[in-house]
Amino acid sequence: MLTLFYLFAAISVLSALVVVAARSPVNSVIALIVCFLSIAGHYILLNAQFLAVVHIIVYTGAIMVLFLFVIMLLNLNKATEPQKSLATRVAAVVTGGLVLLTLLAAVRHGISVEPANGFDIGTGLVRSVGRSLFNEFLLPFEVSSVLFLSAMVGAVMLGRREKNPQAA
Amino acid sequence: MNEVLSAIRLVPLEHYVMLSFALFSIGLTGVLFRRNTIIILMCLELMFNSVNLLLTAFSAHHSDPGGQVFVFFIMLVAAAEVTVGLAVLVMMKRNVDSVDIDQLNRLRW
Repeated sequence: MLTLFYLFAAISVLSALVVVAARSPVNSVIALIVCFLSIAGHYILLNAQFLAVVHIIVYTGAIMVLFLFVIMLLNLNKATEPQKSLATRVAAVVTGGLVLLTLLAAVRHGISVEPANGFDIGTGLVRSVGRSLFNEFLLPFEVSSVLFLSAMVGAVMLGRREKNPQAA
Repeated sequence: MNEVLSAIRLVPLEHYVMLSFALFSIGLTGVLFRRNTIIILMCLELMFNSVNLLLTAFSAHHSDPGGQVFVFFIMLVAAAEVTVGLAVLVMMKRNVDSVDIDQLNRLRW
């Protein structure tokens, strides 16, 4: 179990580094897909089966395909991106490292979490997540459909080609 | 019942916390490091996912499905955000013929 965790953790961290470092956007997308699949493995290790399946369907199946599609449509698969200046890049790495250091220092004394109302074996299965979603969180669930509708309308509005460029 | 609990407990919670902190920092570094807008969007996704992993780990150790419902909502919001973000990207490519984030500096002080 612990070996599996370390395996998935190594895959996710390495592929995340490839996402940042890769020259070509298509390589970044593929590394990000690998990273998402290893995160789905972490979900299964945590007995969160519903989330693992939804994660694979939504992220790997929909979002990353959308990214690949945009790269294909805009013909971005050229590693001709100009780099930022050296000072900015060093500052970016230093900032990321300092954030990591601060976050790790915040948990240096360890964390202990006990099950709230006794341990429930079904936590993370479809039944328990669905019960919670449709009882306590029914209103946010319905509101999120409105959010999706507005995002869809917004994407269509933004993506539409203007007939008269002066009017825009 | 106890097998599942001890199987989850086998990986300490701190390990998940450290892993998600590492992923978050890598995503933050990527947002600051790169100029290609599409890669910046991907690094945002990476940061979303590190937070999702953290919420799921706490939810599993706490045996409370509420955290996983939150992860579900974060996924919904991330999907909507990517839709609009990629539409903005397409519009940017059409208007300034580039996906370089440094081209969009007209609002800069």
